[in-house]
Amino acid sequence: MYKIVKKEVLNQAVELMEIHAPYVARKCEAGQFIIVRVDEDGERIPLTIADYDREAETVTIIYQVVGYSTELLSKKNAGDYVVDFVGPLGQPAPLHKVGHVVGVAGGVGSAPLYPQLRKLHEMGVKVDVIIGGRSAEFVILKEKFAEFCDNVYIATDDGSLGTKGFVTNVLTDLIEKGEAIDEVIAIGPLIMMKNVVKVTQPLNIPTSVSLNPIMIDGTGMCGGCRVSVGGKTKFACVDGPDFDGFEVDFDECMKRQGMFKEEEHNCKIGRGV
Amino acid sequence: MGKNMSLTKVVMPEQAADVRNKNFQEVALGYTKEMAMEEATRCLNCPKKPCMDGCPVNVPIPGFIEKVAEGDFEAAYEIITSENALPAICGRVCPQENQCEGKCVRGIKGEPVGIGRLERFVADYHMENAVQEPVEIEKNGKKVAVVGCGPSGLTCAGELAKKGYEVTIFEALHKAGGVLSYGIPEFRLPKDLVAKEIENVKNLGVDIETNVIVGRSLTIDDLMGDGYQAVFVGSGAGLPRFLNIPGENLLGVYSANEFLTRVNLMKAYKFPETPTPVKVGKNVAVVGAGNVAMDAARTAKRLGAENVYIVYRRGEDEVPARKEEVHHAKEEGIIFKLLNNPCEIHGEDGWVTGIEVVKQELGEPDASGRRSPVPVEGSNYVIPVETVIIAIGQSPNPLIRQTTPGLETQKWGGIIVDEETMKTSKDGVYAGGDTVTGAATVILAMGAGKKAAKAIDEALSSQK
Repeated sequence: MYKIVKKEVLNQAVELMEIHAPYVARKCEAGQFIIVRVDEDGERIPLTIADYDREAETVTIIYQVVGYSTELLSKKNAGDYVVDFVGPLGQPAPLHKVGHVVGVAGGVGSAPLYPQLRKLHEMGVKVDVIIGGRSAEFVILKEKFAEFCDNVYIATDDGSLGTKGFVTNVLTDLIEKGEAIDEVIAIGPLIMMKNVVKVTQPLNIPTSVSLNPIMIDGTGMCGGCRVSVGGKTKFACVDGPDFDGFEVDFDECMKRQGMFKEEEHNCKIGRGV
Repeated sequence: MGKNMSLTKVVMPEQAADVRNKNFQEVALGYTKEMAMEEATRCLNCPKKPCMDGCPVNVPIPGFIEKVAEGDFEAAYEIITSENALPAICGRVCPQENQCEGKCVRGIKGEPVGIGRLERFVADYHMENAVQEPVEIEKNGKKVAVVGCGPSGLTCAGELAKKGYEVTIFEALHKAGGVLSYGIPEFRLPKDLVAKEIENVKNLGVDIETNVIVGRSLTIDDLMGDGYQAVFVGSGAGLPRFLNIPGENLLGVYSANEFLTRVNLMKAYKFPETPTPVKVGKNVAVVGAGNVAMDAARTAKRLGAENVYIVYRRGEDEVPARKEEVHHAKEEGIIFKLLNNPCEIHGEDGWVTGIEVVKQELGEPDASGRRSPVPVEGSNYVIPVETVIIAIGQSPNPLIRQTTPGLETQKWGGIIVDEETMKTSKDGVYAGGDTVTGAATVILAMGAGKKAAKAIDEALSSQK
C-alpha cells in the first residue's frame, strides 16, 4: 500500500498527488513513468512522473480524470492509500546540453515536461516553455515553469489567457522572429505533438516527444505499447517513452489509442459510472 | 496389496467439451479418493524407479504412490513436498508424458501410471483437509535475494528458507506467481490454488515484495550492497516475439503475453465487472502451436469467439504443446491450420480483417531436429479474422542484463550459467528458469531454482 501524502485539484479535470513510494523516489529521473493501481482488480494506469523528492521519498503524479480508473483515483484523498505504485519505468529522457531548448506542453502534458525542462535548466541550458490549454483554467504549472524558464508563453483555444490559438502558432511566431532554437521537447496530445513536428521538421530542429500508449505491465512484457519509430517497431515502455518526433508514426499511434474505445464506454455503463 | 494390471489409467472426470469451452472453470476435475487409490495400485514399485530420473525435482514418486494406495494421503503429501514445494501446480501443468510418465515401465504396454493425476490429488486433498501450521525454522542470519516470483524463484526461495536463510523475493508485477499468475489460464490452473501454494512458501518465512522491478527500482549491485549475500535471478522470459510481417501493428493484433495477461492477471474475462478489457471478435487466428498458443486459443473460444484457428508453419508431429493441451483444444473446437505460415496481416481502417498465409511442405530436419517447412509457391490465401494473437515464443527481458555489469549473457539474451550450480559470471549471482533457457516449462524452472538453492547454501555455508 502506498500513501497519498498530498492531493491538489489543479482544475476541473486535472489533479495532482504526491505519493510515498521509496523505490521510485530513490531512482527516478525526468522522463520516466510509473504505474498505479487504485484498488484490487483495478487497471494498471501508466503516468509520467511530474516531480519527486528523494528525501521525503515521494513521487508527484498529475493526471487527467478521463475514465473509470482515473475517476476512482480521483475519489482518493490525502491520507488514503493506493494498492500498487511501481517504477520507475522507461528510459530517462535524452536531455542534451545545448544552448536553447523550447518545451511545448499541451494540457496535462505540462506535468511530464516540467522535470525535463528543470533538469535542462540545471544543466545550464536556456529554457523557454509554451503551455497550451482549452482555456486559462486548463493551463497548468505556469508558476512552476516561471521559476526557471526565461519565457513562459501561453496559448489557449478561447484566448482566455495568452495567445488565442494553438501552441504551434506561438512556436511558429518565435521561429519567425528569428529565435535560435536548438531543440524542442513536445509533450501533449498526439495531434499536438504531430503538429509541432510539422513545424520543426522542415527547419530541422530536433524534436523529442513523449508517448503514453495503451499498456499493461510497463516492463516490456505485453507489447501492447508498440509504436513505429523510423519504420521499426519499438515498445514505448522500455525503449521510450521519449522518442525522436521526426521518426514517430503519429497516425498509427492515434489509431492504436482507440483500440478499446467501445469497451471504455461499456465499462462505464457496466459499472454504473 | 494386489496390483491393478489395467492397461489404461483410471479416467479422470472432466467438464464436457461443449460446456467447458464457454466457462473459465477448471477443465479436469481431479480424482476422488477411491479413484486415486485404484490408480495408485497400478504402480509396480519397480526396483529401478525410472520415473524419478524423469523428474527435474526428484520427487520420490513410487514412495508417495505407495502411500496413496494405502490411503495415507498426508504421508504421501509429506513425501512429495520434501522435494517439490508446488505439487498442486506441477500435477496440473507438468509435461508428464515427456518426464516421469514417459519413463514409467507400465507405459511400455498400455498407459503409464497417472503420476501427474496422483500428485494433483494428493496436493488438493491436503489443501482441503489439512490445517496449515506455522513452521518453526531456526534462522541462520544470512540474507538471500530472489528476483522474480515465478516457479524458479519460489522454489529457490522455499528451499533456502527451509535451511534458515532470510529470503526476500522481488516481483515486478503487483501479484506473485509469475507465469503461473499472468500466463497460464484459470481453466488449466486455478488462481486460488496458485495463491495457496505461494502461501505455503511464505509460511516458510519467505518475504515477497511486489512492485519492485530489479533493473529499475533497484539493481543487483544495490542488493549486494544491501547485505544480500547471494542473488538468484529467475526473471523469466517475458519479452514477446513478433513475426515482423506487414500489418502487425494493426488493431486486433496481440502478443499472447498481452492477451493472456489481460485475461488472467487483469481478469478481463470478468469485464466490465473488472475494468481491464479484452477484445476478441468472432474469428481469431493464434499463430504458433506451443502451450501458450493452446492457452490463447482456448481462452479466445471461452471469450465467445466462434472460429479459433491455430496457425502453425510445421506439421502435427512438430507441434510443441503438451499432448493433453492439443487434445483438449481439439475437443473444444479449435481449428488447426497446420503447415500454414503467415506472411501478412490485412486490415481496413486500422483494424485487422484477415491473416494471409502460405501453405508449407515438410522438408529436411533443421537445426532443431524438426522437419523444416518449405513454402509452396502460389498457395497463399487469406483467413478472415478480426483478431490475431502471436504466440511464437518469448525472450528474456533485457532489463537485468542491461543494468548488471559483469553478467554474461547469450546473444539472444539468456543468462549464461554453470549448469551444475546455476552460478553466473558474476560473483554471488545465480540464475535459472526461462531467463537462462528461454521459454520452457514450469518444472524445469523449478529444478533450476532447486539446484541454485543447493549451490547457494554450499557457498554460503563455507563463508562465515
